[in-house]
Amino acid sequence: MTSATSTRATPEPGRRIRWADMGPFLALALVIVIGTLINSNFVSGTNIANVVTRSAFIAIIAVGATFVISSGCLDLSVGSMMAFVTGIMILTMNRLEPSMGANAILVGAAVGLVVGAACGLLNGLIVTLGKIEPFIVTLGTMGIFRALITWLSDGGSIPIARELRDPYRPVYFGNLFGVPLPVVITLIVVLAGAFILYRTKYGRRCMAAGSNSDVARFSGVSVAWVRTLAYVIQGLCVAIAAICYIPRLGAATPTTGALWELQVITAVVIGGTLLRGGKARIWGTVAGALILEVIANLMVMSNFVSEYLVAAVQGVIIILAMLAHRFIR
Amino acid sequence: MTAPLPKTLTGDPAAPVALRAEGLGKAYGPITVLSDITLDIVAGEVHAIIGENGAGKSTLMKLLSAHVQPSLGHLSMAGQRVDFPDAVAAEEAGVVLVHQEILLAPDLTVAQNLYLGRELGGWLGVDDHRMDARTTEVLASIGAHCGPRDRVSDLPLAQRQLVQIARALLDDRKVVIFDEPTAVLANDEVAALLDVVRGLRDRGVAVLYISHRLDEVEALADRVTVLRDGRMIGTWAGHDLSQRQMAELMVGRELEMLYPPKRPPVTAAPILVVSDLEVDHGAVHAGLTLHPGEVLGIGGMIGSGRTELFEGLMGLRPAHAGRITMAGQDITRRSVRDWMAAGLVYLTEDRKGKGLLLDEPMARNLTLQALDNVHPGFVTKARNEMALLERSVAEYDIRVRSLGLEAGQLSGGNQQKLLLAKVMLVDPQVIIIDEPTRGIDIGNKSQIYDFIDSLVRAGKAVIVVSSELPELVGLSDRVLVMRMGRIVAELHGDRITEQNVVFAATSTEAGDQRETVANQTRQEEP
Repeated sequence: MTSATSTRATPEPGRRIRWADMGPFLALALVIVIGTLINSNFVSGTNIANVVTRSAFIAIIAVGATFVISSGCLDLSVGSMMAFVTGIMILTMNRLEPSMGANAILVGAAVGLVVGAACGLLNGLIVTLGKIEPFIVTLGTMGIFRALITWLSDGGSIPIARELRDPYRPVYFGNLFGVPLPVVITLIVVLAGAFILYRTKYGRRCMAAGSNSDVARFSGVSVAWVRTLAYVIQGLCVAIAAICYIPRLGAATPTTGALWELQVITAVVIGGTLLRGGKARIWGTVAGALILEVIANLMVMSNFVSEYLVAAVQGVIIILAMLAHRFIR
Repeated sequence: MTAPLPKTLTGDPAAPVALRAEGLGKAYGPITVLSDITLDIVAGEVHAIIGENGAGKSTLMKLLSAHVQPSLGHLSMAGQRVDFPDAVAAEEAGVVLVHQEILLAPDLTVAQNLYLGRELGGWLGVDDHRMDARTTEVLASIGAHCGPRDRVSDLPLAQRQLVQIARALLDDRKVVIFDEPTAVLANDEVAALLDVVRGLRDRGVAVLYISHRLDEVEALADRVTVLRDGRMIGTWAGHDLSQRQMAELMVGRELEMLYPPKRPPVTAAPILVVSDLEVDHGAVHAGLTLHPGEVLGIGGMIGSGRTELFEGLMGLRPAHAGRITMAGQDITRRSVRDWMAAGLVYLTEDRKGKGLLLDEPMARNLTLQALDNVHPGFVTKARNEMALLERSVAEYDIRVRSLGLEAGQLSGGNQQKLLLAKVMLVDPQVIIIDEPTRGIDIGNKSQIYDFIDSLVRAGKAVIVVSSELPELVGLSDRVLVMRMGRIVAELHGDRITEQNVVFAATSTEAGDQRETVANQTRQEEP
């Protein structure tokens, strides 16, 4: 009890920069510098645009995962959910195209958002009402969603109708003032995510639930509601990623989004969000998604290491990030 | 004191002393928790140690069983000084502590648990037959009704307790120390356990028995040693002391001038009425009324169901039946949020585990419960929060170097004030405070007492749950005492004394003297 010796407080306007919070951005800068040294083409405008665009899917889904993880849960089903939502969207669009033409894309996207939110709600309700470990629940739904897309596609692929390809194409390949559209969409999602997480009451309760669910409960926060909503946000993010994804390959297959859940969790965790919940770093998550994609890109462009080892390098990165988190504080 | 005390016992050279403590003391840094304990534990006797929470009973037991090393003094056995480096050495010498908590591996069998870490067998295999046989023997000797192959998780609590005791008795023991062995048991199970203890005594074992329940002590003890504030008050022959005398010896200190003066009696209609509340593993048939302008104290030993009662009342743990009305409005079966809206808040005793987010800044902790009041819209405004924090820091005299500190960086007293500020932000009418001053220094304590007093004078109603008797007596206008999940006594005015609270909390005899009120008719166990 040293309170007597400390003096009366004065408000402290600025906060000290914490190196642990800067870590993901420093790491991203480091990877980019190394990339530039290895191959001067790396920093070319087209390559950068390409890398950032390709990281959009993981980044968007990882924004949702930041909510789920910071509320103290986990979602392993996002990759399978992505494939399932993609399949439903393409089927809807193809069905509506003869009567509605290109407008089928809008309706399909809306259906995708609803289905994504519903999938998230399902996960959330099983976790909160059923009081089952999120790991187990989403391991189960991961299998369910994957099986559904395999069944819908009959083991093959669900291609989008030829007539829709051209009008849909710009969503992935187009740009706004020179910025690729998926990057713009990612930016919007990230800004919205950051706003909700850092500036709203919901965001506050989300982090409180993850930080210590007992404290949240004793403070009148409905932890079940907060977590369910986090899963719904996750589902919406998956649907947004699916909307951007369809024009890229034009089809849903049983391998769409395979193992993305691992990349997503990796991006969130190397971004500085605590896996046990309570601390969320939306911008760190974006940096994490970029780091993963930049490393993959570098390995393809350089000849030092086989690109078959991409996953191994990413694995090393996540372990290094965790060690750094532990020792730099 | 109701009757003159009998003479204390002094060393009897003829007694077969199994273990002797000579000038034993323990200090952690500058804080002395136990000093100058000189004590004979005699073979073939039950020696009870009694004292309030925090009197030093647990420390003494840990010293005797070498779980903790003494700072002063030493132990001796058979006239020889012994220095046990650790508990294993003490066990080898025949001194064993039966822990209060059940420390068994639930998925292993009874025999596997008994021999855990000391399995019989060759260098690789285990000899289940020999272990089972010996386990059966030990279980039979203490009257346990389980077999060596039963899985521990399938056994009722009382049997698990016996398994735990059997584990301690696997080898022959000279001294067996029981730490509140009956804390988790029901009445008939207690009787069985007391028989086990008597059986040990009759076999010539020296038994040290720590308990809050004075009726057990009276029924069992050949000698009674009283501890108070880390010091030994004395040792008496068990048959010389009544339960009331024991209670007086345990308390025996003067009330400090720490408490605000008592307020005039209240006349207002009750604001909170609870009847027939049942809380799972907690409270039975609980009922209480609370009036604006009064402090209602809740006494009872740790584990008597006090915290459980109020967590159940607040919907924070499963509770059944019951009816809760607040200001005439029925609020039974609603959620914490609804109760908050009705003006009822609960300050947890577990400041660090359930009260504050330790690695979040103060401002976030302050506003967590009152987010809807602080930010009427969807968005949170940092400036509002900072202004509120500045106000609360001034109002509650929270002393910190910087307002940007995390809750975990504050001292206990400042944390408690922050927690108070946090729940007061929702502008409650009824404030339930569980252990308002646990682990905080005297200056902060008196500030919190004054604050409670000012709340009540402003017409609010406060329930104080406390293990600290002086606090309970000093603050309360009325006191309810709980024992084993039941409210067993209600004390008013001059009847609110430490002795009466301890007596009601520990003794079944107290049941006869209870003052009941109309809405609190409850059945006392035979």
